[in-house]
Amino acid sequence: MQSGLKKKLLVAAVSLGFAMAAPVAGMAADTIKLGVAGAQSGDLASYGLPTVKAAELVVAMYNAKGGINGKMIELLIEDDVCKPEVATNTATKLVTDGVHVVLGHICSGATKAALPIYKEAGVVVMSPSATNPDLTQSGDYPNFFRTIASDDAQAQTEVDFAINVIGAKKIAVIHDKGDYGKGLAEFAKKFIQESGKAEVVLFEGVTPGAVDYTAIVQKIKRKGADAVIFGGYHPEASKIVSMMKKKRLKITFISDDGVKDDTFIKVAGKNAEGVYASGPNDNSANPLSTAAIDAHKKEYNEDPGAFFENAYSAALALLNAIEKAGSTDMADIVKALQTETVATPVGNIHFDTRGDAVGVGFAMYVVKDGAYVEVK
Amino acid sequence: MDYFIELLFAGLTRGSIYALIALGYTMVYGIIGLINFAHGEIYMIGAFTSFIVATVLSIYGFPLLAIVIIAAVAAAVWSSAYGFTVEKLAYRPLRKAPRLAPLISAIGMSIFLQNYVLLAQTSDFLPFPELIPEFAFMEPVAHIVGSSDMVILVTTAIVMIALTCLIKFTKIGKAMRATAQDKTMAVLVGVNVDRVISATFIIGSALAAIGGLLIASHIGQINFYIGFLAGIKAFTAAVLGGIGSIPGAVLGSLVLGLTESFATGYISSDYEDVFAFSLLVLILIFKPSGLLGKTETKKV
Repeated sequence: MQSGLKKKLLVAAVSLGFAMAAPVAGMAADTIKLGVAGAQSGDLASYGLPTVKAAELVVAMYNAKGGINGKMIELLIEDDVCKPEVATNTATKLVTDGVHVVLGHICSGATKAALPIYKEAGVVVMSPSATNPDLTQSGDYPNFFRTIASDDAQAQTEVDFAINVIGAKKIAVIHDKGDYGKGLAEFAKKFIQESGKAEVVLFEGVTPGAVDYTAIVQKIKRKGADAVIFGGYHPEASKIVSMMKKKRLKITFISDDGVKDDTFIKVAGKNAEGVYASGPNDNSANPLSTAAIDAHKKEYNEDPGAFFENAYSAALALLNAIEKAGSTDMADIVKALQTETVATPVGNIHFDTRGDAVGVGFAMYVVKDGAYVEVK
Repeated sequence: MDYFIELLFAGLTRGSIYALIALGYTMVYGIIGLINFAHGEIYMIGAFTSFIVATVLSIYGFPLLAIVIIAAVAAAVWSSAYGFTVEKLAYRPLRKAPRLAPLISAIGMSIFLQNYVLLAQTSDFLPFPELIPEFAFMEPVAHIVGSSDMVILVTTAIVMIALTCLIKFTKIGKAMRATAQDKTMAVLVGVNVDRVISATFIIGSALAAIGGLLIASHIGQINFYIGFLAGIKAFTAAVLGGIGSIPGAVLGSLVLGLTESFATGYISSDYEDVFAFSLLVLILIFKPSGLLGKTETKKV
């Protein structure tokens, strides 16, 4: 037994060594080829490199156990510099090298450009970071999955909360005219209208830094709104919340990640009490998350970078699906991704029919006694 | 009708906020024809000073009224010192230089003071204590006009009247008018022009500091950047009313505040600035010197 284990470890170490030294050298024919594509050089390398490291850690772990169904896992790492025109070449190269599944790409634009090539070749792709809503919602890419919530998921969380939990019927949607705030507000407006359960009574932008928001607060009151959804950052949010209090307007204030910041509570003080804000799910209590980060620190002597946990989870989900499906056929893998729940650093996830991870996304928090607590 | 009154008071409050800052712009312009871009920063320093003083005093448990008075005096004195120093260091040496030089110097002072506060204090937003309490007798109308709105409105009115009296009836006021009309002649008849200009900066800065205290207390937050945005709007208001004219600055501020408020209320706050600046353009087309500005050199 012991010597068998040692042998396996040796094989794992050797295969990993090969994988890192010469990713495309091609090992024995009988390996599972996991492609990793994304920005690994250039301006956005800091977004792509943590994914490579996550893949290396997960693959090392699997190979140490003896691979999947007796097959070792081989990494094929390709750089796309986050450019759509490079990404198509990257994808073609990976497909030519016989990749089975791909972890990537990192940027939404590059991912969108590469997807048709993978689709043609029947390769499942899972991104840790591409948030463009269309990638899953258009239905064009049945081979695409992701372990990060899409851009509109936050607005969806806020709207669901406002309508189903608060029971709001008339919602005022206010934003700060910025890319982030206005983008969120537009999604929120769309989702409220689509729900049919509430109406948008006001949709307006305020000028950030203005000395006084009395007029907009009076307008919110005039429109009879029973909840406000604000898209923007905390300085405006605290001014509006304080002004609502001063004008004796008692309605629910719901905002976003830009407001889920301790500075908001510090500045708005007692007026912050009862304000709701959405924010990413908190993974810090998840032992798998801690374990993944510790493994990274041990291996590379530094804290992991952007999207590391999402990438780690995506690699786990992909390999788990291959293991459960017992095959590398696209149809089998897709089925396994949708039906098999896998424990990952971002939670216990499986995927919906569009390719978004169920269980990954945003939670609602409320200010209670001077701190944000999750609304259960 | 209620809605109209609510918007009216929202506009008046906003206008009064602009006016407290605009008065300093217009006084300085009236005397030496300089747009003091650092004025917004003096306002910001006033807000920071009152923040620090009020925080320290409330730790020692002073009553609220004492805190307000001491903080206001401290802010006024401290900001005046800044205004006086800025004038002495950045503008006085350029008094005989072409008009563009002191203007650039003013922009430089504005950037310098912003970054100074950023480095010396913090880049974060700070919670400003509520120095103006909610008066019980205001409660029935609090949804229309709150205590802090009322204090700002009354203060602006008092300040405007006091300034007008100062310029019309006092000796320093007479000297100011003389300096505004003709600096050289004023010197010849024995007016100490340098001292008059210093006095103007001190008065303007003290007003900005009081404004800083009231406005920060109304809004509830400060950071190093508040002076820039408020300063731009106040400057616009001063031009609208006729820069150099004291009642003009107040009138221009109120017109600007009301326009923004009604534009937000009846049309959309998306276009609040569009309406404000369209109005400015229209007024300047038909009355290039502003609402109450006079075309000749008679200013202040």
